[in-house]
Amino acid sequence: MESKFKTPFGQFAYTVFAWIIGLAIFFPILWMVLTSFKSELDAVNMPPLFLDFNWTLENYTGILEQSNYFKFAMNSVILSFGSTFIGLIFAVTCAWAMAFNPTKRTKDTLLWMLSTKMMPPVGVLVPIYLVFRDWGLLDNRFGLIMVLFLMNLPIMVWMLYTYFKEIPKDILEAARMDGATLPKEIIFVLLPMAIPGIASTMLLNVILAWNEAFWTLNLTTSDAAPLTAFIASYSSPEGLFWAKLSAASTLAVAPILIVGWFSQKQLVRGLTFGAVK
Amino acid sequence: MRNIMGAALCALLAGGVAFGASAETKLTIATVNNGDMIRMQKLTDDFTKKNPDISLEWVTLEENTLRQRVTTDIATNSGQYDIMTIGTYEAPIWAKKGWLAPLEDLGADYDVDDLMPAIRAALSNDDKLYAAPFYAESSMMMYRKDLFEKAGIEINGRLTWDQTLDIAKKLHDPDNGVYGICLRGKAGWGENMALISTMGNAYGARWFNEEWKPEFDGQEWKDALSMYVNILGKYGPPGATSNGFNENLSLFNAGKCAMWIDATVAASFVTNPKDSKVADQVGFTEAPCAVTCTGANWLWAWSLAIPASSKNTEAAEKFISWATSKSYAELVASKEGWANVPPGTRMSLYQNEKYLDAAPFAIKTLAAIDSADPINSTLKPKPYVGVQFAAIPEFQGIGTVVGQQFSAALAGQVSVDQALANAQESTDRTMQKAGYY
Repeated sequence: MESKFKTPFGQFAYTVFAWIIGLAIFFPILWMVLTSFKSELDAVNMPPLFLDFNWTLENYTGILEQSNYFKFAMNSVILSFGSTFIGLIFAVTCAWAMAFNPTKRTKDTLLWMLSTKMMPPVGVLVPIYLVFRDWGLLDNRFGLIMVLFLMNLPIMVWMLYTYFKEIPKDILEAARMDGATLPKEIIFVLLPMAIPGIASTMLLNVILAWNEAFWTLNLTTSDAAPLTAFIASYSSPEGLFWAKLSAASTLAVAPILIVGWFSQKQLVRGLTFGAVK
Repeated sequence: MRNIMGAALCALLAGGVAFGASAETKLTIATVNNGDMIRMQKLTDDFTKKNPDISLEWVTLEENTLRQRVTTDIATNSGQYDIMTIGTYEAPIWAKKGWLAPLEDLGADYDVDDLMPAIRAALSNDDKLYAAPFYAESSMMMYRKDLFEKAGIEINGRLTWDQTLDIAKKLHDPDNGVYGICLRGKAGWGENMALISTMGNAYGARWFNEEWKPEFDGQEWKDALSMYVNILGKYGPPGATSNGFNENLSLFNAGKCAMWIDATVAASFVTNPKDSKVADQVGFTEAPCAVTCTGANWLWAWSLAIPASSKNTEAAEKFISWATSKSYAELVASKEGWANVPPGTRMSLYQNEKYLDAAPFAIKTLAAIDSADPINSTLKPKPYVGVQFAAIPEFQGIGTVVGQQFSAALAGQVSVDQALANAQESTDRTMQKAGYY
């Protein structure tokens, strides 16, 4: 690949700069992982200890003994994938309509959908809480899947809409000419072409739902509580807790970090698609 | 054949569900992640063995999240929790609103008269107990015996804030990593205001006069806040405005504080050699007085209560009775030693020789809790209950706003006079809006 920088020094400086930025972004996660292997006393030591401390696994063993990690993790998987799956069904059809059959109000509708994301969630906490109470949905996975799905739907529609816009209309028309019905057109023609876009939408939404901490903390108690509740349980008002909290956080972000790592190519491709033409 | 098998399977499942429902009452318990609470979770086998028909589900949350969740749950009558951990601030307010079920059937051997009178009063409304104390705390001073000895300082009787200031000045040695005094500086009604309220009490101040009007424009508050800003600003650790209980605990454990005035529950942490570098050098004494000693140390109890919306009141009461009983103390002692027994709730614990031997701080803790009276905690008469807070719903907001002003004064962003004037104005506005006058 041809470099933008002509001189070797320029390239070297560019690499160093990129590394510094990369490490600065990664540092909090690294520090969290390091802290999770410290004792509580080492975790609050001043000056902070980088690698020279007594490495211990006691935080992890303590946490796994105290809480049922797998129950929380399973709930996180069900909530994030469940809400994303239902979201995709609605978002694909919605984005199809907006991308291939736009009306003069399509742009406004898109903006209006996005505007729902601008309201602070706490503003609707009490009404939603009351509805959940009356419908028996508190601490219920299905109820939470619905909230997460509706919360992320605008982003999914936006992402898929941008992606579908790039697909030539003619191909869909050709399929229609060949006698494809609407469901067939979407499932057999549109979706295969849009797989990278759908994959990145899916991944981003799984990550968003996985990290969502307001609704998941407020609408669950135990049965449907995901990893966010698991982390929240390790902060203590009286007593040192940094090391244990770090271990709990490491366990909570590990699965999604690994998924993100393996799929970063699709993720970046999907997010930057259409950015440069 | 397939139909018959299907029907059989359905019957089996339905039977299983019915059996499960009748055999077990599930209690959902909301709590915070404090050492004593976690210990209780580990020891619950003892309870479930005695009560095989009750199963326990723990929901541990961060303190503020817990408060928010529990308030939403109670206010909307949702019944998500059967037992909740609350403090002496919430208990009387929620009891008055009818949000809590009274604890009237704690069992014959519970011995409710053995509870510390001050704590029992703080958790009762109309002479009915609404929350059972799990562990209680007051505030006291922890100091470094070795540093005091080296500087030739002796403590005779209860210190005043002026004397404390002198000692802090003498022992302040930041070049060698020792600060004269560590105090709470983080803004919040349960953070810096817990301490500053007790300082205010010691200087003869009160939150509200008998007409519910705030009194931050009086000389008493000015003296108290000036002392706080002076002592912590000059002889405290850098960045004290972000220090709460845990930050000061880690500073003290690392040997960086000559004195620390905070919750009595810290005593077991700072004397634990596993966590503290100065475990064998810690001395304990009462929190300082000024013009009076009344209200100079606070009172708080983490307690277990049953929301009125719970459908399992009977089983919940059984659990609360177990967790706050004398036999629970013995259970903890047999498994983890007497020093780990939840402190401050029962008088009998402080008559137990084994406990007094194991916990060198026991006598001072007892004296502190015993002397804290939530009803008579100010020099002048007051209309509210609470030592370091006023048990009215508006206080949480008021206390936090005032705490921010005082924290700003400590940081030097506003003067003491300005902070007090701001506190007076905002509190006055809130109280007027709430219809107190």
